Amino acid sequence: MLKYTEDHEWLRAEGDEIVVGITRHASEQLGDVVFIELPEEGREVEAGEEIVVIESVKAASDITAPISGTITAVNSALADAPGGVNDDALAAWFFRIKPADGVSLDGFMDEAAYNELIG
Amino acid sequence: MNDLRRTPLYDLHVVRGAKLVPFAGWEMPVQYPMGVLNEHLHTRAKAGLFDVSHMGQIILRGERAAEALETLVPADVVGIPAGRQRYGMFTNERGGILDDLMIANKGDHLLLVVNAACAEQDLAHLRQLESRGITVEPVTDRGLLALQGPAAAAALARLMPEVAEMRFMDARDVEFQGETLWITRSGYTGEDGFEISMPARVAPMVAERLLAMDEVAPIGLGARDSLRLEAGLSLYGHDMDPDTTPAEAGLGWSIPKVRRTGGERAGGFPGADVILPELGNAARSRRGLRPEGRAPIREGVVLFADAAGGEPIGTVSSGGFGPSLGGPMAMAILPADIPDGATIHAEQRGRRQPVTVVPTPFVKPTYKR
Repeated sequence: MLKYTEDHEWLRAEGDEIVVGITRHASEQLGDVVFIELPEEGREVEAGEEIVVIESVKAASDITAPISGTITAVNSALADAPGGVNDDALAAWFFRIKPADGVSLDGFMDEAAYNELIG
Repeated sequence: MNDLRRTPLYDLHVVRGAKLVPFAGWEMPVQYPMGVLNEHLHTRAKAGLFDVSHMGQIILRGERAAEALETLVPADVVGIPAGRQRYGMFTNERGGILDDLMIANKGDHLLLVVNAACAEQDLAHLRQLESRGITVEPVTDRGLLALQGPAAAAALARLMPEVAEMRFMDARDVEFQGETLWITRSGYTGEDGFEISMPARVAPMVAERLLAMDEVAPIGLGARDSLRLEAGLSLYGHDMDPDTTPAEAGLGWSIPKVRRTGGERAGGFPGADVILPELGNAARSRRGLRPEGRAPIREGVVLFADAAGGEPIGTVSSGGFGPSLGGPMAMAILPADIPDGATIHAEQRGRRQPVTVVPTPFVKPTYKR
């Protein structure tokens, strides 16, 4: 089951990792994405730290780490073809993170709460 | 957004799913469901229809209207033949640029098209010509459409065949269904195309007739910006302003010999003493930039000569992603001693990214000369 952050990320638990992308709503707000800078694999990040840069035809925005942990993988194919975010935001994962304190998504929004957030 | 003005095409924008944003006091479509990237590419491949009704249309009448306008604009207005259009700028006493505009000689009057954000100020500025017996008439009851792209001429000629005879920068009146349309073969995309002024009440009908054609799609302000930037066209308030001279803005080409030092009608416009000596030897001027990689550098990004240290050498005035170029592009006013091909650096997110200085345009225009 997907969970969501207030920064319009979707989170999916897989084993001892969390897969992170941005929501369809976010991709629609951004418009056509032309550049994505992903963090380095192995990097240790703090929750709230800006670790991804997204540039659309309109503007630049940042994606923050939803949780503290270690980046275990990044979707480099997405960096090569950033328009994939607009094609299918749920398939276009950004990075996998291994949480420092174990996998728990309890503090994040479920789909109903997220839908309420974006109105 | 209650105070925003709406163009005659407002309902059409809503019906077609446009995302509307405030722009220079108007509620304007920034994009349609096609999206900025595809709208841009569509315009370069086929034809795009732009609502530019927010732009100011002003008529100058009077026997010596051209001479009078030359006191405000360093262009050869007197020399514009009837049925032709030229580019010009309003300048200030410091040599800066107050606005840029298009000037058409319509035979018995001049038709000016100015930027929406400057329209009120331009009108007040032009009123000083009334003391010379010139009538200044703002046009408030007409819409303005731009049809741009390689298929624009064929599309428009389907409705009004005579436009096929027009060349780049021609201006003429065309009768269509009992209405007089003021048409110029010009635009702001680097493509062949037309700007079409028409009574507001028929603007939606003309727009729908064009949009009913397979090759014509509605295009928003987002793609208009990336199209003009690829074509190396300056945007007022960004690439030029009251503190930028024509030479710095790379617009010296619009000041012809006849208005330059030694010319028959040299000077006689605000800031001539600053502007004319600087032509051809400005210390700084507008240049194109190609960032390495895919990350755009946008307006406000600070530029440095070196990869580390040193003082800033300029600031990005316009920047973004060029869909036809397939990469990022930008413009900035830089010291003249930096040659084309030089690598400079853009500081963004705390890092310096290499950027190559290049001539503009980024994408070669296809005007029908």
